[in-house]
Amino acid sequence: MTSARKLDLRVYAGLILFGIITPILFPNYTSQVAVMWLMVLMAVTWDMTGGQMGYNSLGNVIFFGLGMYASAVVQISMFADVAEYTASFGAMYVEFTEVQYFTGLALGIVVGGIVATLFALLIGPFMLGLRGPYFAIGTLGLAVAVAELIAGWGYVGAGSGISMPVYPGVAGESTFVWYILMGVTALLAHLFVRWLYSTQFGLAMNAIRDDEDKAEAMGIRTTRYKVLTWAASAFFLGMGGAIFGNMSGFIEPLEVAFPTATFGIFMVAMALLGGKGTLWGPVLGAILFHIVKEATWTYLLGWQWVALGAIIIINIVYFQQGILGWAQDKWPAAFGLTVDRGPGDQPTGDTRPEAAE
Amino acid sequence: MFENLYLVYLAPLMGVDLILQGLFIGALFALIAYGLALVWGVMNVKNLAQGDMVILGGYISYQATLWGYHPMLAMPVAIILMFGLGWLIYALIIRRVVDRDMFTSLLATFGLSLLIQQVLNLIYGPEVKVAESGFGNFQLDTFIIIQNVRLYSLLIAGALAIAIVIFMKKSRMGQAIRATAQDARAARVLGINTDRVYAFTYALNASICGAAGVLVAMIWVIQPYYGIVYSIRAFIIVTAAGLGNLPGVILTGFGLGAWENVAGFMFGAEFAVAAVVIMLVLVLMYRLLQSYRVRQVVR
Repeated sequence: MTSARKLDLRVYAGLILFGIITPILFPNYTSQVAVMWLMVLMAVTWDMTGGQMGYNSLGNVIFFGLGMYASAVVQISMFADVAEYTASFGAMYVEFTEVQYFTGLALGIVVGGIVATLFALLIGPFMLGLRGPYFAIGTLGLAVAVAELIAGWGYVGAGSGISMPVYPGVAGESTFVWYILMGVTALLAHLFVRWLYSTQFGLAMNAIRDDEDKAEAMGIRTTRYKVLTWAASAFFLGMGGAIFGNMSGFIEPLEVAFPTATFGIFMVAMALLGGKGTLWGPVLGAILFHIVKEATWTYLLGWQWVALGAIIIINIVYFQQGILGWAQDKWPAAFGLTVDRGPGDQPTGDTRPEAAE
Repeated sequence: MFENLYLVYLAPLMGVDLILQGLFIGALFALIAYGLALVWGVMNVKNLAQGDMVILGGYISYQATLWGYHPMLAMPVAIILMFGLGWLIYALIIRRVVDRDMFTSLLATFGLSLLIQQVLNLIYGPEVKVAESGFGNFQLDTFIIIQNVRLYSLLIAGALAIAIVIFMKKSRMGQAIRATAQDARAARVLGINTDRVYAFTYALNASICGAAGVLVAMIWVIQPYYGIVYSIRAFIIVTAAGLGNLPGVILTGFGLGAWENVAGFMFGAEFAVAAVVIMLVLVLMYRLLQSYRVRQVVR
């Protein structure tokens, strides 16, 4: 246990060091690394329900987009009329002073998180009653529905989107602000889930994953646990969405805010690549995925999305346990796991059967 | 938003027209959903690439028009090509996910759906395409104008469905498929090559999708990313009707077609997709409440 704790501290220290050094040594890569922190955030929050609780959502991107839109509306509505602003398609230029901008930004990020949480609390009791593939399809459907509804809603600019307020400071400085915000949010999210998994709440989550009916029979109020977990992951994802909206400068429902076919599937792929249901798996998966993606993307000349589909298929079909899951199977002692190699000699660790339908 | 509702109130025959048009296309949805129910019931694979296979079939007929043939002639070609492709996909991917948990098959086919979308996008570009059939319309009334192609597609979908049902009942392979669906292990013990049955089932589903896609390309437009909506429609129908319930699938297909056509007109075209997807959520919720009646839930 202590060795695992020491390892955790070392990894945190290494990542924070990496996070501080990168923008100083390689300032040109700052925004790419900021997106990498976003990827880490997404994978970690997806893993809360997907890996630890066995509820594989394909629509977590709803919270991302809702946070983005909520923060945009808050930031604009403080000093201008939203309907008028969006109707002008960026032609109406509102001059924000620095104080106005930053109070708006701070408020927007927090409200983004809260709106996403509220939405999760609202739909959670219904969606989380669905099991297995129905949950996955239901959340996917919900993400598409929310995207289409927002694309038809004139108040927030409908399909043509919103241009976000322009950062008031020195040119080039904004990148570092988004970088820091994104990195800190990802770090906070990871610290939170690390703490969460060590509590009784975390045990209940794992019990739901392993056998929901038995957990229910043992007196765990499963619906409550499921909804709260989803709401917590929605909070961080909503904040991430709010920051990313400001970072990209322009938001639009189908490609930026609710991209089910890019970020929505990336977060699943990353968590699975690193090893779902492990503490560091999603982080490792996100970092590897992002590095590979950024390094190879431009050389593939349009074939990158085809390659992405192929990667997902290969990952799922041939290597589902992920990197850390595989390592845990191979060297369980290094992860502080004790393995009961019973008479049946079951394969250990992470290969758990999904709850029966 | 409700001006159109008033319009229908003024001319009730227009409502009849809307529902009729919806029923014609509902037959196509039922056909696609039947393919999904087949794969789902026999091999327990939730095929999220269903809609993309439909779109792929549509592009086969579009390609036929590019070469100067009538899109209807592409139908047998699409059926054969998609059968081969389905077999290939089974051998490469699906074989390895058949006996794994549900989410694996769902995610693997989602990856497949991305793959098909992007390949189509690279070949044909993101613009919407249509396979012009030139069949014209016939008019029953001032307000009831029916495209002939919709009528033909209803007839073809019906003929295909009947052919499949007869095939499932009479042929040896059809019997083997039904036996495997009932109990795969017992079927294996009794000497049925279940691997072959699975491959055949998946390939049959792919060719059903291909045939439906040819009709879709003639009735509406196709675009590489339109597949997901067809997948969702198929899931709605199968979830609402249940597996192995062919009359239910057909009825729900007609119902969904009518609902979609009416909702698309009432709320405006920009909410047509949303109307379909919200229907999915509603159907899932209905199923959930149904299960709550059986099972006591701890909150």
